[in-house]
Amino acid sequence: MTETTVHTHAAPQAQTQAPAQTHQQHPIGLYLAVWILLFVLSTFSYLVDYVGLQGYLRWSLILIFMMLKAGLIVAIFMHMAWERLALIYAILLPPLLVLVFVALMVSESNYVLFSRLTFFGAAP
Amino acid sequence: MSAETHSPVREPLHRPAGLAGFASDWASDQRTFKNVSWGKAMMWIFLLSDTFVFGCFLIAYMSARMSTAVPWPNPSEVFALHIGGSDVPLILIAIMTFVLITSSGTMAMAVNYGYRHDRRKTALLMLITALFGATFVGMQAFEWTKLISEGVRPWGNPWGAPQFGSTFFMITGFHGTHVTIGVIFLLIIARKVWRGDFDTGKAGFFTSRKGQYEIVEITGLYWHFVDLVWVFIFAFFYLW
Repeated sequence: MTETTVHTHAAPQAQTQAPAQTHQQHPIGLYLAVWILLFVLSTFSYLVDYVGLQGYLRWSLILIFMMLKAGLIVAIFMHMAWERLALIYAILLPPLLVLVFVALMVSESNYVLFSRLTFFGAAP
Repeated sequence: MSAETHSPVREPLHRPAGLAGFASDWASDQRTFKNVSWGKAMMWIFLLSDTFVFGCFLIAYMSARMSTAVPWPNPSEVFALHIGGSDVPLILIAIMTFVLITSSGTMAMAVNYGYRHDRRKTALLMLITALFGATFVGMQAFEWTKLISEGVRPWGNPWGAPQFGSTFFMITGFHGTHVTIGVIFLLIIARKVWRGDFDTGKAGFFTSRKGQYEIVEITGLYWHFVDLVWVFIFAFFYLW
């Protein structure tokens, strides 16, 4: 948690008018490490297809590598790891509702497929 | 209207961390995001709304793919390139992924140099980022051309479920648009950095307010988001 509170009040002719912002300043080495990690993870997820894994192993590996990559980008590159909890929750919790939508549409899609197969005949 | 319209609030020096901080931030007066400027907070909220847009696209794709009685075209074969006498699956998409990740890395470093007020390196890294972004869009244009010449249309394709074309053009098209906007955004900010607008306090063209190097980080947030969306598209559309 970098809580560097640089108080520059809005005095006339002040150099910066920013009210107490934290500047996200982190060592370059961290970015390079994450960069390399993202490369490795992307290679792994490409290899999942290249090797031709199928079924649940394929899907779970795709999801694991995807979540790891997304987590690294959001946490390090977008600096979410150093933000206060108020912002983290405001931004990261609402997308979880998309999962509810996914669940609804999975159920709906199964029903549509069932209807198609029942009333329009099987696939050619 | 001057830039000093925001009231100078003297914050307490000790702000609780963790969950207690979360509660006190949200229960407090005036502003919730205590150490985040309005510009950065608004970019995050915009990105949240964009998350829902892309979430809806991917859910639409999932519904189309799950509910079709016709087999879905195999993306591994559809996006294969013929290199050196054999088909390499998904190779162009893999290269596009690496290009976008690389651009994210250079962007993160541009933000870093921005806060050090190193104008040359910041502008240069932003230009490199924009270049990688343009390369990505170019490869996407190549991919679209290839697929269209093979007969993929929004209403049908030679290999299976007709929804494949519409979801492909919709999702990658919208993502490509985001990348293109990002490249333009990057070029504009890089020019400002290069000119030293944020050191001299030159007024911006739209709001007439003085800019700060924080805009580099805000641009970076958008750019990383574009990369983030690609991670999901790569996983769900190309690999699944």
